Amino acid sequence: MSPRLPRLAPRVGRAALGLVLPVALVGLWWWTSSNSTTYLFPPLSEVVESLRDDWLGDRLGSDVGPSLRRFGIGFGLAAVVGIGAGTVIGLTPWLRRASLPVVELVRSIPAPLLFPIALVLFGIGDGSKVALIVLGAVWPVLLNTIDGVRGVDPQVLDVARSFRLDARTRIGRVVLPAASPMIAAGLRIGLSVALLLTVVSEMRGGTNGLGFRIRADQRSFDTASSYAGVIVIGLVGLAVNLVFVAVERRVMRWHRGARGLLDLDGGVGTAAGART
Amino acid sequence: MTGARLAIDGLHKVYGHGPEAVTAIDEVSLEVATGELLCVVGPSGCGKTTLLRCVAGLLAPTSGATRLDGEVVVAPPPGMALVFQDYSRSLLPWMTVHANVVLPLQAGRLPRAERDRVAAEALAAVGLADQGHRHPWQLSAGMQQRVAIARALAYRPDVLLLDEPFASVDAQARADLQDLLLEVWERHGLTVLFVTHDIDEAVYLGDRVVVLTASPTRVKEVVDIDLPRPRDQIETHARPGFAALRNRIFASVRTEAAHRRPAP
Repeated sequence: MSPRLPRLAPRVGRAALGLVLPVALVGLWWWTSSNSTTYLFPPLSEVVESLRDDWLGDRLGSDVGPSLRRFGIGFGLAAVVGIGAGTVIGLTPWLRRASLPVVELVRSIPAPLLFPIALVLFGIGDGSKVALIVLGAVWPVLLNTIDGVRGVDPQVLDVARSFRLDARTRIGRVVLPAASPMIAAGLRIGLSVALLLTVVSEMRGGTNGLGFRIRADQRSFDTASSYAGVIVIGLVGLAVNLVFVAVERRVMRWHRGARGLLDLDGGVGTAAGART
Repeated sequence: MTGARLAIDGLHKVYGHGPEAVTAIDEVSLEVATGELLCVVGPSGCGKTTLLRCVAGLLAPTSGATRLDGEVVVAPPPGMALVFQDYSRSLLPWMTVHANVVLPLQAGRLPRAERDRVAAEALAAVGLADQGHRHPWQLSAGMQQRVAIARALAYRPDVLLLDEPFASVDAQARADLQDLLLEVWERHGLTVLFVTHDIDEAVYLGDRVVVLTASPTRVKEVVDIDLPRPRDQIETHARPGFAALRNRIFASVRTEAAHRRPAP
C-alpha cells in the first residue's frame, strides 16, 4: 500500500510524513532519558527547560546573535571572494593552471588547523573567527564557480561574441547566470562548512557565541544546557538551509523551467514538487 | 562583382596540427551581393557550420579571408548578426524573451527607452509582440526561433548569417519562418547568407544556391534561382521550374554524399 500513499495524501500528507521521524526520535529521547540520573545523559525535560529559559532568553542576544553575525559575515565574504576569484580564474586559462595546485593543497588542509595563523593575522576578536569561516567555506564556492564558468556552453559564448557584448555585460548577464546552478551548489556546501567553522572558531577562543557557551557549559558539567545549545545549532542550520533553498528556488526558477521541471500551466506543479 | 558586400576569398580551414590535422574546408570562394539572399547547401558533415563560423569572425581561418565591405573580418564585425541552429542553446533561458532581444543593444549605448522600443518592434515584426514577458522555454520551438530572429533584427544588421535555423522546428512552423525571413529580408534590405541542408528550403528562399562538396569542402557549383518573387509556399512550390532546380541540386548533393571519403 505504501507506494500509493503519496498519491492518496497530497502535499499536506507529504509534509506530515517529514515530521514523523523527528517526532518519533524526540519521543524516544524523552522516554529513555526521563529517569536518567547520570549527568552525561540528563532528562530531556531539563534540556528543554534550559532551551526555554537560557537559550531563548538572555543567550539569544548574548550568544546566538553574535554567532549568526560571524556566520553571516564569514559566509558572505566567502561567497563574494569565491565567486569573484572563481570567475577570474575560470576565465583565464593560465591563471587556472598557475593557481589550481595551490588551491588543491590549501583546501585539503582542515581549516581549524589554520586557526593559529588567523589568530596571528587578525587578532583574537571576531576578525580571526570570520577569517577561519572564510578560509573553510570559500573552497566549494571557488571551485564550483571555476567549473561553472568554464563549463558555459560554447554556443552561448558565441552568441555573446557575435553580438559584440562588452566584458561587463558578457560576464554579468551571460557567463555568471549560465554558471549559477553550479555556483548555487557550491554555496550550499559552503553554507554548512561556514556554520561548522563558526562553532569551531568560538570553541577555540572568545567571550561569547554558540560554540563558546556550549564549551563553557561542558566545562561546568551543565550537560543539559550544552545539549540545548547543540539543539540551537541544529535549528539554526535547518533554518539557514530552508532560507537558502527558498531563495535558490526563486532565483533559479528559470533553471528548472528550462529543464522542463515546471508545470507551466499551473505555476509550481506537482512534478516539480516531487522531484525537487 | 561590384555590389559584393560579403566576399569569401580562398577560405581554407585545417583543424589540428601535423599528422592529426583534418582539413575541414579545402578552398571556398564566394561573393554575396548587397541585398542578395544566398543559400548554401551540401552533404551533411561538409563543414557548413565551420564555414559560417569563419565568415562570422568566430573562428579564424587557416588561410584566406572574409571581407565585409572590403574590410577583412577578424572578429565579429558590427552590422553582422547570426542566427544559430539550436535556439535552445542560443537563447538565454535565465532572461525573458524581451531581455533576450534587448541583450545585443547593451553594447550600443542606447537609452533604455529606445532599447525597449527597438526590442518591442523586433518582437512585433516576428509576431510575438505580446510574448516579451515570458521565458524562452515557455514557448514552442517555432516561437523560440522567432525570438532568435527578433534578437538578430534588434541588432539592426546589414548582413544576416543563418546556420540551419529552421532544422529543428516542425514543417508548418518552418514554412511560416521561411516566409517571415523573406519578409524581413525584403523590408530591411538585408544581405543574407543562409546555410541549410534542406534543398527545398534553399531553392524556395534563395537568389542563388551554392552547392558544396563533401569534406574537405570546395564550392561544387552555384545555381541561379530564377523563380519570380514574391515567393509563395503553394504557388512557388508548384512551378515546374522549382521542381527542376530542386532535382538538379538534389542530384548534385547526393553525388557528393556518395563520394564522401571516410576520414583517414
